[in-house]
Amino acid sequence: MGSKRKDEILHDHNHDGIDRRGFLKCMAWAGTGAFCVMQGGVLKSYSLSRLPKLGPKEAMGELSFVQISDSHMGFNKPANPDVAGTLKAAVDKINSLSAAPEFMLHTGDISHLSKPEEFDTVDQILKSATPKDVFYVPGEHDVLNDDGKQFLERYGKGSKGNGWYSFDKKGVHFVGLVNVMNLKAGGLGTLGHEQLEWLEDDVKHLKHSTPIVVFAHIPLWSVYPEWGWGTEDSAQALAYLKKFGSVTVLNGHIHQTMQKVEGNVTFHTAASTAFPQPQPGKADSPGPMKVPAEQLKSVLGITDVNYVQGQHALAVVDSTLA
Amino acid sequence: MRRSVSIAGLAATLVLGMGALGADQKSFVVSAQQKQEAMEVKIDNFSFGPAALTVPVGTTVTWTNRDDIPHTVVSTDGVFKSKVLDTDEKFSFTFSKAGTFPYFCSIHPKMTGKVIVQ
Repeated sequence: MGSKRKDEILHDHNHDGIDRRGFLKCMAWAGTGAFCVMQGGVLKSYSLSRLPKLGPKEAMGELSFVQISDSHMGFNKPANPDVAGTLKAAVDKINSLSAAPEFMLHTGDISHLSKPEEFDTVDQILKSATPKDVFYVPGEHDVLNDDGKQFLERYGKGSKGNGWYSFDKKGVHFVGLVNVMNLKAGGLGTLGHEQLEWLEDDVKHLKHSTPIVVFAHIPLWSVYPEWGWGTEDSAQALAYLKKFGSVTVLNGHIHQTMQKVEGNVTFHTAASTAFPQPQPGKADSPGPMKVPAEQLKSVLGITDVNYVQGQHALAVVDSTLA
Repeated sequence: MRRSVSIAGLAATLVLGMGALGADQKSFVVSAQQKQEAMEVKIDNFSFGPAALTVPVGTTVTWTNRDDIPHTVVSTDGVFKSKVLDTDEKFSFTFSKAGTFPYFCSIHPKMTGKVIVQ
């Protein structure tokens, strides 16, 4: 193996040879998206910007896919006047992969203002990506004014309720959840009773060894409730997933990368393809971070928070896209 | 009559005494005294300012979104509901009944405010 990258953390194994969760690799995420690969039932993810450095062994697994998030097509403020350009850059990176990912996940805020032309632009740009299938969940910016009707018409074929659904790929069970509808004053993201019941039923008959990947827009863990970065009833959803050995939760919304491990669940948030947002509590509000154009790429760089099971410390690794 | 004059005098003293305040706040104090039929709430940094606004019956309140991110103004009790307000867009509502009207941004529900109509 080549030199060990600084963002890799190896957890002490229990020397039982079967503790899949004992091994955690710090996963690198960039401003553009993440390459996810399932290896031995455990999901690993890498920043798209680091893919050229990825060895063939690391990129190979039972299944690989790409997560992109928060394209905010239509946003044109100083934080990024060219969100179409940065989305195209992400697609270029996806297309440069030596082995094409099976599909893409888009974890919401496809558009900025739910305008048809904004969705059209994203659809057009993503058409040029090698993976042809894209699975979407809505962000709050995608369901403005019409309670998500347009989103459902465009992306929700075959989904239940406000757009939740599940599918299986190569033995991995994927669940797309919607937590941006019917938000209550003073509250956080919400899944709601109907969706929770559906989830309970959806995973009931699966074997405990089935790897589960859940994706939703707003984090399903409490990142920073003061800014609304969490989901009211996510604990109930996670309770239904307790029996599974490998659960990965992929979210967007907060325009920065964070990771956390809790028991059998690994949580990730992906960066935005559009603009960065401040770290929790590090600004007056979660509004877009304005940086000079020449600095945008460096701010869209990587902040990895790595939680290693069994240790009570967060390891933060900073690096840039450049 | 005498009472309202003394209130105006008090307000003037208040404004003079708060010379360090920004222009916005000064005009806010003055307009609150002189022009009771129109009031403004500004949306800045994911918050409504002022978060609690007291107005007389018949007042039209106008919200202006000054953030780079869209917001909405939605009555918790279903009394009023704006469309999505992009940067610098406004929403107005005239309060014809007395009462307390809590509202929030339906996109960012942590943002809450209330209008007290007397």
